[in-house]
Amino acid sequence: MSTRRAILYAAPLVAAVAAGGGFYAVLHRMQEGSFDPHGVPTMLLNRRVPGFELPGLASAGFASTDLFSIGHPVLINFWATWCPPCIEEHPVLMAMQAQKIPIWGIAYKDKASAALDYLQTRGNPYVRNAIDAPGRVAIDWGLTGVPETFLVDGDGFVRWHMSGPITPKMVKEQIEPLMKKYGG
Amino acid sequence: MNPEIGHFALALAVAFGFAQAIIPIWGAQRGDIRMMQAAPGLALGQLIALATAFGVLMWVSVDNDFSVLNVYENSHSLKPLLYKITGTWGNHEGSILLWCLIMGVCGGAVAVFGRNLPASLRARVIGVLGASSVGFTLFALLASNPFLRIWPPPANGQDMNPLLQDLGLAIHPPILYLGYVGFSIPFAFAVAALLEGRVDAAWGRWVRPWTLAAWCFLTGGIALGSWWAYYELGWGGFWFWDPVENASLMPWLTGTALLHAAIVVEKRESLKVWTVLLAIATFSFSLSGTFLVRSGILNSVHAFANDPTRGVFILVLLGLVIGGALALFAWRGRALSSVGLFAPISREGALVLNNVLLCSIAAVVAIGTLYPLFADMVLGQKLSVGAPFFNATVLPLAVPLFIAMAVGPMLSWKRAALGPALMRLWWAAVVAAAVGLWASFGTSLLPAFVLGCAAWLILGAFADIMARIRLFRIPLLSSLLLLRGTPRGALGAAIAHAGLGVTIAGIAGMSMAVSTILLVKPGETVHLAGYDWKLMGLHDAPGPNYTARVATIQVSRNGRLVTVLAPERRSFPVQQMTTTEAKIETDGFRDLYAVLGDERDGGAVLRLHDNFMAPWIWLGALVMALGGGLSLSDRRLRLGAPRRAAKAPHAGAPA
Repeated sequence: MSTRRAILYAAPLVAAVAAGGGFYAVLHRMQEGSFDPHGVPTMLLNRRVPGFELPGLASAGFASTDLFSIGHPVLINFWATWCPPCIEEHPVLMAMQAQKIPIWGIAYKDKASAALDYLQTRGNPYVRNAIDAPGRVAIDWGLTGVPETFLVDGDGFVRWHMSGPITPKMVKEQIEPLMKKYGG
Repeated sequence: MNPEIGHFALALAVAFGFAQAIIPIWGAQRGDIRMMQAAPGLALGQLIALATAFGVLMWVSVDNDFSVLNVYENSHSLKPLLYKITGTWGNHEGSILLWCLIMGVCGGAVAVFGRNLPASLRARVIGVLGASSVGFTLFALLASNPFLRIWPPPANGQDMNPLLQDLGLAIHPPILYLGYVGFSIPFAFAVAALLEGRVDAAWGRWVRPWTLAAWCFLTGGIALGSWWAYYELGWGGFWFWDPVENASLMPWLTGTALLHAAIVVEKRESLKVWTVLLAIATFSFSLSGTFLVRSGILNSVHAFANDPTRGVFILVLLGLVIGGALALFAWRGRALSSVGLFAPISREGALVLNNVLLCSIAAVVAIGTLYPLFADMVLGQKLSVGAPFFNATVLPLAVPLFIAMAVGPMLSWKRAALGPALMRLWWAAVVAAAVGLWASFGTSLLPAFVLGCAAWLILGAFADIMARIRLFRIPLLSSLLLLRGTPRGALGAAIAHAGLGVTIAGIAGMSMAVSTILLVKPGETVHLAGYDWKLMGLHDAPGPNYTARVATIQVSRNGRLVTVLAPERRSFPVQQMTTTEAKIETDGFRDLYAVLGDERDGGAVLRLHDNFMAPWIWLGALVMALGGGLSLSDRRLRLGAPRRAAKAPHAGAPA
């Protein structure tokens, strides 16, 4: 009984020491240059997309299995009608569509009717559309906000990631070369 | 003035800190009255030394002494005087010195206001404060010295990050630090209690006002920071679950829990060990939050220049302060344990529920903030945790808290019945449900539900006061007389609870906000949220150290002019940086918010928001802080320094 209580009272110390040790390791590796905490947001990089299955807006939605053997690279764009940066990004997506870059859209925490309305008035840059109304799939993808875009190669592996609106410069310097690289 | 005077004063503060850490504690252990009585003098000496150092730093900044590296790096002769003053703490070195100064203020406050504490307790509290502050003053002197010189002195400085040249942000750090560092006093009381080996009702009563004062400042500081993000960053949001924001939220959550747990210690002599642990944890979160931001481990828009070398210094410092306190807790904590039997339905039961929920939220926030870092390092797994995670995990814990918050204050100590409490609240529940139902027609279910919770909290607080003064059950005049006699602590608590209701009403309202981004040509009108936003024109305007591009937007409703908004884009030539100045017009219930974006094709990109209820977010925080302030003015807390019952060592004559 007494040892159990002793362990209980020492638990905060143990937790603090463990956290301190962890922080020390992080700092040490930051100084060596082998670790960059700013790399954290590129979470799924070079991994397969997490499993999901989402309903569509007007027609059928899509699922992770659709991405596993798609054969060509595709951009997955999380967006929402309530998100001003998404509206800012929209013309860039439309321009990419004109360049025949395939984009699949996932409307995040949105109403299907609002999303459809948005695509009808502003233009639909997406090849396929799905909606993640409860935002569950977004958690698996580790979304930090909208818009957020992932480049998925022909086998369903995430190769590039951007949180925040895509700019024409990014399309030219990053997306286009990657599409070429992974395009079969 | 000579910066070396400041340098010397800083070194002197370190010396005072060492003396303050060693002499009183040693005296208290030996029972030496003279050594214990040295404590207040040493604390005041350290305060004077730090105030001198800080004053000198402020002076050299105002005086444009660019031979001082810190001034050269962060100032410019054209910078407005106000920002030369506030810029003193707008950089890493200066803010560490401010942190030290506030630690000195805490020591001085205990020295001045703690006259009625038992001499040994006061000596130990001041000693522990000295031991913590010696670490930070040493860090300032050795690793972040703001008084270093450069030779030859450059002609002009590099100026300060334009984002930081803002009044709201200028007053934000001192208030936030008063909150962060203010929790060093409950921490010192906790460590002193572990050294003394006793915690009693009197201890609980001493700790409460200090905790409350720190809590008020932290509440105000967090609200100011969020307000700054709202209007200066121009993203239209108010809380981003950014690591820096989370780092300030965690001590607020555990500090709120501490505030409530200390009541149980005072009234029921129970939860002692837990309260001591919370006091240690709250200050530890304050410290580690600062550390995580400064070392560059967590990245954020708010961060200062990162330097891992400094990070190691701070980490060792934190290890000594936090690790030392927790080791003492592991060793001596059991001596404080109390046997308390709790009825689940009672005031103390409600306070335990409050603690469980608040600490669960704190744990969730801590895990969400730190897990990506450790997952990356230990498991090699890259992942990020963002707003979706926090929204999904915090809300289910917060809702029971909101619901219980209105009931808790109605319950009596020891054993209560839920029935009578709910009887006094039924009308609040009905109105809250009606509010929720009404809101659900205009918006989705969740914001409507939260809005209902907000109404429940505000009305519940009102019902609490109503029951106390027996409003409508006895003549109005007698009720008002009862109101005068109601302890300010109870009034303050009700006001603070209602303040949280106001804040969450604002948060729920904000989720109904509408906005748009459009390319608008001068003369064109945008229709949004029932308002007509007409872009009148664009022009250039000079500023002291920037040039601005200003858009004039006339906002009218049904043909009647409501307001004219003039959002700006400012370019700072020295730093080659542009900031957006959002312009906000508020009527108390909604913010009309306009941001000027890029210009192209003869027009300008405008971002327009109609933020419903947004001002309530910060109004609520203000109400919370004011409620805390009213509580602080309670007679019981001012005079309430009870003599320790029996066996108190009569070590020192009460001053």
